[in-house]
Amino acid sequence: MPNPTRIEINCTTGVESIIELTDAEVAQMETDAAAYAVVEAERVAAAEALAALKASAKAKLVAGTPLTEEEAATLVI
Amino acid sequence: MANTYTLIASSTVSSGGATSIDFTSIPSTYTDLIIKISARADAGQFAELIFNGSTTGYSNIRIEGDGSTAYSNSRSDDLIQFLNGTSTTANTFGNAEIYIPNYTSSNYKSFSQDFVAENNATSTTVSLWAGLWSNTAAITSISLDPQGTAKFVQYSTAYLYGVKNA
Repeated sequence: MPNPTRIEINCTTGVESIIELTDAEVAQMETDAAAYAVVEAERVAAAEALAALKASAKAKLVAGTPLTEEEAATLVI
Repeated sequence: MANTYTLIASSTVSSGGATSIDFTSIPSTYTDLIIKISARADAGQFAELIFNGSTTGYSNIRIEGDGSTAYSNSRSDDLIQFLNGTSTTANTFGNAEIYIPNYTSSNYKSFSQDFVAENNATSTTVSLWAGLWSNTAAITSISLDPQGTAKFVQYSTAYLYGVKNA
């Protein structure tokens, strides 16, 4: 099975080339994808955790119950 | 105020798909660059905007809305959103315009982008991006690269324009 291809357009000559990726480029692309997936999962988890803290802090404020320090930190700039 | 608007190059992805569309040897004779893109990828929803082959020194902020929720975020990588991924209606494409002013200057390079996802549903996404490439080199190449191992699907198109202010 051939490797995937990319399109390269030389803007000076106007020549468009379809270039098959090398095995090394394919491997690097897969490595980058795996690394990105880890970072993105961490970012999403952090965002979800912050949203949960904010929701909890809001509910406690409405109910008049004490906030944890972590919850209070989400409300103070 | 720009008074010229010249098509430098364009490309349409064929049936095999493409991992990236790369504009190389961009002439330095313009003031600004504009990319107009209509694209869909076979996975993911983000893509890399890469200048001169460099994947470092990028940051961006964005605001986004989908008709019910507004969202704001910042990133410190080269990922932005200029295509539809698989979460949108089949065979629909995302549309974006990327404006890159003063691309040959010796200052850091800023860019802006507007994006809307075509989606045959009651909800879709629109976003505005402001980005910065912290590099003083003149931009001579631009790669549009769906994230990870994703590929542009057939009929995705990209147009690169040059703008002169005189």
